[in-house]
Amino acid sequence: MGLNGVPILTLITWAPFAGAVLIMFTARHHPLAVRLIAAVATGISLLLSVVVYVAYDADAAGFQFYEKVALVPLLGISYEIGADGISLVLVLLTAIIIFSGVFASWTVATRSQEFYALLLTLVTGVFGVFVSLDLFLFFLFYELAVLPMYLLIGIWGTSAQIRPRGIFGWAIRETGVGSKEYAAMKLTLYLLLGSAFILVGILALYMAAGGSSFSFLEMEGAAFDPVVQRWVFLLFYGGFGVLAGIWPLHTWSPDGHSSAPTAVSMLHAGVLMKLGAYGIVRLGMGLLPEGTHDWVALIGTIATINIIYGALSAMAQTDLKYVIAYSSVSHMGIVLLGAATLTEAGLNGSVFQMFAHGIMTGLFFALVGLVYEKAHSREIFRMGGFGRMMPGIATAFTVGGLSSLGLPATAGFVAEFLTFLGAWRSTHSWWLFPAVAGTFLTAVYVLRVVKQIFWGPAPLHGEFHDLPDAKGPEWVALVLLMFVIVLFGMVPGLAIGPIDTATLPLLTRLGAWP
Amino acid sequence: MGLQPYLILAAVLFCIGLFGVLTRRNAIGILLGIELMLNAVNVNLVAIARYAADPAGLVFTLFTISITVAEVAVGLAIVILIFRVRRTVEADHLNLLKG
Amino acid sequence: MIDAGTLALAALGLPFGAFVLLAVVAPLRRAGRAAGALSVAAVGGSLLAALILWRTFPEAGADTVELAWSWLPAEGGALATVGVLVDSVAAVMLVLVALVSFLVQLYSLGYLEDETAPALGRYFAYHSLFAFSMIGLVLASNFLQMFIFWELVGLCSYLLIGFWYAKPEAARAAVKAFWVTKAGDLGFILGIVLLWAQAGTFGFSELFKMADDKTLPLGGLSLIMFLIYLGAVGKSAQFPLHVWLPDAMEGPTPVSALIHAATMVAAGVYLVTRAYPLFLQTPDVLVLIGWVGAFSALLAATLGLVQADIKRVLAYSTVSQLGYMMAALGAGAVGAGFFHLLTHGLFKALLFLGAGAVIHAVGTNDIWKMGRLFGAMPQTGIVFLVGTLALAGIWPFAGFFSKDAILAGVWEGGLTVPFLMLALTVFLTAFYMFRVVFVVFFATGHAEGHPHDPPLVMGGPLWTLAGLTAGVGILFAVGGGGEEAHGPSWISPLSLGLALAGIAFAWLTYQRRAVSAEMLARRVRPLYVAALRKFWLDDLYGGIYRGVILGLSWVVGWVDRYLVDGLVNLASAWTMRGGDRLRRIQTGRAQDYLYGVAFGLLLVIVWSYWH
Repeated sequence: MGLNGVPILTLITWAPFAGAVLIMFTARHHPLAVRLIAAVATGISLLLSVVVYVAYDADAAGFQFYEKVALVPLLGISYEIGADGISLVLVLLTAIIIFSGVFASWTVATRSQEFYALLLTLVTGVFGVFVSLDLFLFFLFYELAVLPMYLLIGIWGTSAQIRPRGIFGWAIRETGVGSKEYAAMKLTLYLLLGSAFILVGILALYMAAGGSSFSFLEMEGAAFDPVVQRWVFLLFYGGFGVLAGIWPLHTWSPDGHSSAPTAVSMLHAGVLMKLGAYGIVRLGMGLLPEGTHDWVALIGTIATINIIYGALSAMAQTDLKYVIAYSSVSHMGIVLLGAATLTEAGLNGSVFQMFAHGIMTGLFFALVGLVYEKAHSREIFRMGGFGRMMPGIATAFTVGGLSSLGLPATAGFVAEFLTFLGAWRSTHSWWLFPAVAGTFLTAVYVLRVVKQIFWGPAPLHGEFHDLPDAKGPEWVALVLLMFVIVLFGMVPGLAIGPIDTATLPLLTRLGAWP
Repeated sequence: MGLQPYLILAAVLFCIGLFGVLTRRNAIGILLGIELMLNAVNVNLVAIARYAADPAGLVFTLFTISITVAEVAVGLAIVILIFRVRRTVEADHLNLLKG
Repeated sequence: MIDAGTLALAALGLPFGAFVLLAVVAPLRRAGRAAGALSVAAVGGSLLAALILWRTFPEAGADTVELAWSWLPAEGGALATVGVLVDSVAAVMLVLVALVSFLVQLYSLGYLEDETAPALGRYFAYHSLFAFSMIGLVLASNFLQMFIFWELVGLCSYLLIGFWYAKPEAARAAVKAFWVTKAGDLGFILGIVLLWAQAGTFGFSELFKMADDKTLPLGGLSLIMFLIYLGAVGKSAQFPLHVWLPDAMEGPTPVSALIHAATMVAAGVYLVTRAYPLFLQTPDVLVLIGWVGAFSALLAATLGLVQADIKRVLAYSTVSQLGYMMAALGAGAVGAGFFHLLTHGLFKALLFLGAGAVIHAVGTNDIWKMGRLFGAMPQTGIVFLVGTLALAGIWPFAGFFSKDAILAGVWEGGLTVPFLMLALTVFLTAFYMFRVVFVVFFATGHAEGHPHDPPLVMGGPLWTLAGLTAGVGILFAVGGGGEEAHGPSWISPLSLGLALAGIAFAWLTYQRRAVSAEMLARRVRPLYVAALRKFWLDDLYGGIYRGVILGLSWVVGWVDRYLVDGLVNLASAWTMRGGDRLRRIQTGRAQDYLYGVAFGLLLVIVWSYWH
């Protein structure tokens, strides 16, 4: 049970929720108390995640820190959680992102107690998904992670300007593209559509396995019919793929991430998109080996489209937040490509990219939030010369950018390189080329943005004078994220060690190892 | 006399009531229509109670009558309130539920 | 006696420590000169370690020393390692890198004295990072590690070119440098991935052993080595990816001396030298390297003829000299190429630092705004002259011997046309360099202000490098020409003659004005115009960037927003319109609903009647 009898995963998962409850019932109208409670609650999760990370026994591998409490014995539903190498890394990622997110949104002014309460509730859902070993529980947590987003974006979001054009211009005008309400609704509807697929898939597996248990470990033992595998895998791929931002179901992500408030963008792009990829890897590939082989060519090919298409779209944007949001679409392509290679290097790269991209995009959105808060603009081509006024933010942005274009000694490089190795070794070796080309395109749009915003002479517009640099609590977020990027870039073994213990059994089940 | 004439009477009564409810424009008229429909039910209850020699139907009838009284009281109260607010009891004008 | 591995790690670790300190301890960085002192001390320590390593190497028993640690773990042993690999090539290169880094950092303390303290701290933090990365590159024990440091030096180059980031030209040049070298690096990383798939390892020692034992699978190796060579094309500014180097001159001059002349741009040559046993397996790629090198040498020399910016002349001469090195490698004269790398590192750093002293004194890069500076700054004039003579290949300076060895090697390698190109380049090099010397130091003209020789902190490095340039040459002159000059005996007189002819021609044109430069330009007008426009390569790349990449991105962005997302909105709009239609049946009149109820009841009755 847990770690030395302590239900440590439960503590990690529910600490934010406890914080949320505490905030709602005790800290009303005490903005500072709200933030402190949130910081402490997420700090506990972060601390315990690190403890779990260190305590994980790589030699034993498999799911550890296991806990199980029967909930509905009649239907075989139980509170069953545990963590293997993949979950472990993602739990750590979630803890880091939310902890920095709390600091990055220190300045949220309106209704901060509701904001933080919803944010923390959402995080409990994310943690829960990563540690669930019961499919019913998994789905429950999944929904918990998706739904608060609607309120968070709809209430605390910001709107952008999109001009309706093209042959569907009338439709775009009617739906009101650009407003935060639109973005919130689009994101929620899309994700709920996805979770409908997932629910059907889970129920199908439940029935096919005999209808007695939702336990992941028991289903792992069941050999599903190839036809069931094929179609359920497609359901999972479609359902989780929406959340992972696969082309062409990705358009919720730029609008949603751009409209969301800072911490929400961080969490959503940083962690929730990984939830989609995690679902595909864990449920899809983990339970349905034959289904995986049926669809892996499609997954990899769409992933390469994601990489190139996302990068080119990012380049075309003039709104800073959209650039970052599209870069997520591009980088999620690396994640799915790595998984689709079905090789040790590729799958490790995929999981590593989930982590690396989570951190760097978290950093990016934190920075965009800061820039917006100070300059009140997201229009890239109106800004310029900010480096002189905000050197700290400029440095952090450069670090994030370098990681995203895959510069060595940052986490991004390790992930991309492993994925490249895997791609060439996979059955579709041509995947390597779009993936490598993607890094060049990333270099183009990232450095272009850095040059435009932070370099060059001060802008002619009088509006950008004496903008302050990041300060106080904001630095906590920036420094923590930068540190993690560089640390895992220089010592990738920290993450690959545990990841490898989880990917190898997966590959063995898939018949791709040894 | 068998059961059938009573049932026919009740059915006719019900249809007249329904017709009134559907076609009257005045809220009071609609209420009266509802009364007719309820009484059709009462007739049915009494007739079947007699036919089946089961007093339960009679008990139900008594219930229905008392509830009808309450319903009329409440209904009229609502109509009066609506009249105070909207200065009309024309059913066509009461379309707040319009989608 | 400290062993070689420890020394190498010390040389690597000291600048890294300095960088970490400067990056993390903000007050120290913002102190400016203190940061500089720390950085200089660290790289000085590296230099010391490198010198000891060089003198004591090779130790008895082993001509290579290798240390390795697991970097990317995988099932059944590490997928990739990091470590150090010291052999005689690495040891010499290490000394060059540490030496030039040390001198340039010292020089920067004087050159950048007007910068604000935080900017100076930033500058030295970048420099420490560069020293660390470059030393790491030199000591890399496998391709992956080399690529890692390869990219890091590229990063430092980007950051230092953009040191004056508020200048739009500097910002543009920095980004351009990064993109162009990154384009080459795509080939490099593809090559590494393919090589790994082929051979199962990144390690130099393992790969060389496989090449020796003939166990290296040769299928596709040509492609792999070509891809790896592409990385060197980008970094070492070979045609057609040389366009970034002249623009990189927007950075501070010491940076140009260190990164864009002596060390980083030579990394490509070092890469080919390092991986030479593998390149030997693919002779076709080597021939290509030779041709491209010679062509780059000639092309850059013609470009150097028309520049008015002193640093750009030097930049093109760097491209040209790198072409020499590559040509030598391509012809099989690996020793000559590497030798030229070392001598070039010394005298080109000297030239850049000398040019820096001039620019520092005069406040402009334009040679036509200088003149008769020899009288005002004799020390600078002398060291600059030493560097120029070495670059032109005049006996007994260092450049003569290395260039001679290259020409001999290329001739021996059977690359006749490249040899002719290189020989022509000897003449052009002497001409354009002495054009600068005459115009800046001797010919009539008027410089603004009161130019004077630089202070000791700048002069010291200048004299050190001048002494080394002359000293190495004299050492060879006395020692008998070096081991590489095996070519026919007519090569030395030929190259010396060509160089002297170039000098004489420059003297006639720019000093005596006996030959009119305008008239010359008119004579070869198409060539002149082409050289002024840099053979339209920059325009071509600009066109590709704006037209293809940005154009494509615009199209994709449009398609995404208005077609892909448009379809989503179409579904949404149709749903909303459908809902709008449907809501009309909600009239709000209770009686209408009752009609529905009655009708439904009727249906139920009828249905139950029939069943």
